[in-house]
Amino acid sequence: MSGLTFTMLDTAKMSTAEIYGQALCELGDEHPEIVGLSADLAKSTKIGAFGEKFPDRFFNVGIAEQNMFGMAAGLAKAGLVPYVSTFAIFTAMRGLDQVHTDICYQNLDVKMIATHAGLSFGQAGTTHHCTEDIAIMRSMANLTVVVPADGVETALAVRAAYERKGPVYIRINRGFDQVVYDGPDYGFELGKAVTMREGTDLTIVACGSTVWRAVEAAAMLEKSDGLKVRVLNMHTIKPIDAEAIERAVKETRRIITVEDHSVVGGLGGAVAEVAAGTGKSFSFKRLGVPDCFSIIGLHEDLLAHYGIDENGIAAAVREMMGKDFEADDDWEDEV
Amino acid sequence: MALTTEERRRLEDKAHELRLLSVDTVAWAGSGHVGGSMSAMDIMTILYHKYMRVDPKDPAKPDRDRFILSKGHVGVGYAPLLADLGYFDKELLREYNHTGSPLGMHLDSNKVRGVEASTGSLGHGLAIGLGMALGARLRGEAWKTFVLLGDGECDEGAVWESAMAAAHFKATNLITVVDRNHCMIDGPTEDVMALEPFADKWRAFGFEVIEADGHDFDALASAIERAMAATERPAVIIADTIKGCGIDFIAGDYKWHYGGFDAEKLAKAKESLGLYHESRLAKGAER
Repeated sequence: MSGLTFTMLDTAKMSTAEIYGQALCELGDEHPEIVGLSADLAKSTKIGAFGEKFPDRFFNVGIAEQNMFGMAAGLAKAGLVPYVSTFAIFTAMRGLDQVHTDICYQNLDVKMIATHAGLSFGQAGTTHHCTEDIAIMRSMANLTVVVPADGVETALAVRAAYERKGPVYIRINRGFDQVVYDGPDYGFELGKAVTMREGTDLTIVACGSTVWRAVEAAAMLEKSDGLKVRVLNMHTIKPIDAEAIERAVKETRRIITVEDHSVVGGLGGAVAEVAAGTGKSFSFKRLGVPDCFSIIGLHEDLLAHYGIDENGIAAAVREMMGKDFEADDDWEDEV
Repeated sequence: MALTTEERRRLEDKAHELRLLSVDTVAWAGSGHVGGSMSAMDIMTILYHKYMRVDPKDPAKPDRDRFILSKGHVGVGYAPLLADLGYFDKELLREYNHTGSPLGMHLDSNKVRGVEASTGSLGHGLAIGLGMALGARLRGEAWKTFVLLGDGECDEGAVWESAMAAAHFKATNLITVVDRNHCMIDGPTEDVMALEPFADKWRAFGFEVIEADGHDFDALASAIERAMAATERPAVIIADTIKGCGIDFIAGDYKWHYGGFDAEKLAKAKESLGLYHESRLAKGAER
């Protein structure tokens, strides 16, 4: 992949959003039709780096998200490729009518890079947490939905979004993410899950900030419990890698999904929809923010609070492994 | 430049023909947004038949002017105009609203040749038009973007977000027209949600405001020419119109936002449109 130079050396010193900003600048060098838009969050979302480099190709529309997404649609209709950045909650909710009708329905080449997703804006409070966007955005026909695991994957996704014609939603966090990938050569491809660890006892399907935690949990469980846990990085929620899910159901029969998002309708819902269609019996659990509005705190603390950190994931795996899973008529001893 | 007598006559004839085709379309469709179609018809007619550079044979021609019907519900007014221009077969109008037809209540750029944006959710068109206009400017292209808003639509906050941005970005290649027909679904605009002082609002948002009689082609021509010549601020034409213009039993009645015609009403509507057309021609002859 040409022009991509990001490695763990960058992710260690640059936040995920900063990497996005730099990756977009590189892409902007190659493609003069790329334009940027933000709604007074150029600095926060780091699309401002693109704005500084290409001031004529950047529109800060002020605090007006509906207008921003409508304008992006118009710019796309005029032959440009807009990258639009605001917080996830304002992308998935404040401007959703425009995202739905102007961008997704008209299948326009608009790339929405939404930051501060999930619980990552922890101390900003519940009004700024965004634990519904995966559910909302994956219900939009035509839209590709991507949740990168770290900065390297974000850079790859930002570039892949350009190559993929049509609207794309990329959901990233505020601040720094744990480093998952030390470089870009691990075979990132939209719509294809990355197998982080092989395993036959159980599969954890993760996305975004929970990928690193799922990998840590699986490593810990192998050492302590001798468990072989498969970990899938389901970075593309839509179109989802159904084949990887079906294989996990058949080969491991136990599935746990984990996401920095509500358990309603997000990654867990998407995986459940595919898994249920296999016709096989399997154990299934969704980890995420339960059906509630989240509490305030540091991102790390909130992940622990909702059991989507390494310890929470490990506990859920042990619980599922501790339960019998068999094809008899005794329902009492089953999961 | 002022319209010549022949030009005005041509536009009046065309608007009359399109109003007739529109009421037929309403009858074929079963029902439709007839009130707003009649109020907007003269505006759309003069834009498409006098000022906009479009090629119905090549609807995607890069240098065409763009028109966005932000008040997307008046499809039964816009579709006859597009069909008449040759964007698609007029016969298709007979299937309007029918199951599987590309023509629905709100015209859709995914399905209908010549339509630039899928509108209907109100308050979207000005933002899309602004994006197009800024895109044209960025690419150094000379085409212009025309957006037709409804007045009731201007209750939407998003309209004002876009208005603020259009002025901020000095989008003078964007021409906004408001079909000020004074009515919305639930009543007169001033009763449901007062818009006045409407022109002052646009002025305060940084627009050059041009007020014109939306059923007088001379007034519309001079307003559009002034708007197209704007260099400092984007222009908005507030076109004072009559909902249901030309049909006596509908004109000015907000209850005819949406409705249907049986054979008797259709005949009456056409008769009334004929009288309206004659009276316009007579007025023209007096000038």
